[in-house]
Amino acid sequence: MASGSLRLPLPGTRGGTAAARARRRRRLRTLAFLSPWLAGFGLFFVYPLAATVYFSFTRYNLFTLEYVGLDNYTYLLHDRDAWTAMRNTLWLVAVLVPLRVLFGLGVAQLLTRIKRGAGVLRSILYLPYLVPPVSATVAFVFLLNPGTGPFQTVAARLGIPLPDFFNDAAWAKPGLTLLGLWAVGDVMIIMLAALLNVPASLYEAAAIDGAGACARFRHITLPTVSPVLAFSAVTGVIETLQYFTQPMVAGKVASGRADLPGVQYSPGYPDGSTLTFPQWLYDQGFRQFNMGYACVLALVMFATAMAFTVFLLRRFRAFAGEEAQ
Amino acid sequence: MIPGGRARRALLWLAVHATAVAVGLMFLAPLAFMLLTAVMTDRQALSGDLWPRGWHFANFTEVFSGDMVRWTVNSTLYAGLSTLFMLVSSVPVAYALARFRFRGRNLALVAVISAMMLPPQVTMVPLYIVWARFELTGTLWPLIIPQLFGDAFSIFLLRQFLVTIPREYADAARVDGCGELRTMLRVVLPMARPALAAVALFQFFYCWNDYFRPLVYADPDHWTLAIGVATFRAAHHVEWNLTMAATLLTILPVLVVFFLAQRVFIQGVTLTGVKG
Repeated sequence: MASGSLRLPLPGTRGGTAAARARRRRRLRTLAFLSPWLAGFGLFFVYPLAATVYFSFTRYNLFTLEYVGLDNYTYLLHDRDAWTAMRNTLWLVAVLVPLRVLFGLGVAQLLTRIKRGAGVLRSILYLPYLVPPVSATVAFVFLLNPGTGPFQTVAARLGIPLPDFFNDAAWAKPGLTLLGLWAVGDVMIIMLAALLNVPASLYEAAAIDGAGACARFRHITLPTVSPVLAFSAVTGVIETLQYFTQPMVAGKVASGRADLPGVQYSPGYPDGSTLTFPQWLYDQGFRQFNMGYACVLALVMFATAMAFTVFLLRRFRAFAGEEAQ
Repeated sequence: MIPGGRARRALLWLAVHATAVAVGLMFLAPLAFMLLTAVMTDRQALSGDLWPRGWHFANFTEVFSGDMVRWTVNSTLYAGLSTLFMLVSSVPVAYALARFRFRGRNLALVAVISAMMLPPQVTMVPLYIVWARFELTGTLWPLIIPQLFGDAFSIFLLRQFLVTIPREYADAARVDGCGELRTMLRVVLPMARPALAAVALFQFFYCWNDYFRPLVYADPDHWTLAIGVATFRAAHHVEWNLTMAATLLTILPVLVVFFLAQRVFIQGVTLTGVKG
């Protein structure tokens, strides 16, 4: 092997030892299998990222392009809508992500406690996650609508006043949170799988040692599921950074405006309370055609998402092929 | 056992099951109310009534009088072609990442995970400009064509499954004189059928549910169900009954597919999260 590696075969030559030929064939084969991804990574990841950086220094509206240096970046500092969008996104990261993880864990824990009907209940809890987000959002705006919404009717009969969720700036994000909790099925399934992986013998041993339910949860369940908890939290953050469909649709439906020709809808209804960062990027890039400025917003998103991805990769080094020898 | 343990256990059993029933009902309630509203008259849907006076199932057919058919066709084309393209391009990549030993393999895997975590909004501006140059904006092609170049999430998921298949099967095929492509198609992929079904379903549902990308690219002729349903209320002003009927109709295909392939689906979700 060592002597063979000194004779570097020229591309296209058919020479070399049999081992070298086999190695070259293997390399070509690997390249062939990977080629769709290699092309795709260049075309849809590397190129657009580089272009985003380039366009971020320009004023570009698809027709005229002008180099403006750092203008877009300084504009970001004064763009109050961008700050509103960032605050709203952070609010959702701080509230929606932990609630979804904890609620998912709680529901999964509940599922491990029941025997009969667990399958049915699991399907019922998973079902809402499958509902297309647009449909779920339209439905929730209606269901929580004051005057006409069934949930308001039920609550009123029980004597509990409900807020005007999607028309009240103080309650729009909590309304979206309810929607996010309803669609907790993905987290629940992952948590359930992790909980079922905890060996029953551990619990039995702990019970014999006299550990109560709380102690068993703290010392056996939590440590075993904590990698899955962290995974759900980080992927939850990355998903929330992209939170677009639900706030956009909720705002449109609640305000009664849509993308019909001639109708303008500015995201964030009511009062910017549901304006998230991706919506502001969409508005700037694809409705106002401030492409350069949209690229600055995109780079902010990229930096944040990558920071969390790096954390995720560090936390789960197991991702990078420990199985293949 | 401590005295009274039996009574306490019975009480606990009752509490757990009562909670389970309550949670289950709460999760079903939105769907139930949607269904009940969908069969009301438009007047009654505005009245705050909970139970329909008369079941107007004709609402479901009335929904189709508008553009709903076209949206459904567009959604089906978008999701169907994307899924097909994704499978053709992503399967060999996942296979190579799981089976071949080559320099930079771990780097390639990190690149896949990075691409998977990248929000689509980040790269949207330059890509939009490119598609505008090709004069393909306004159509759904900018969403479908990229699938020919592999999908990070599917590659990752498939690879996670393929590494669990023992190498001996592939080795046996190779001894029998199979080339790597034949080994993949004839030996390994048939064993990976559940994983293939899972990624196909995920891809189909992702496109079926996608709202952001069609919103950026498609003109009204190419609107998908997601955009159509989001617009429905504005076009049909206060007709909540029809809006709910249309909403339920977008859920229906997803539910049918899910119940047909429930096990595959859950396995797939679990695979994404638990491997770590």
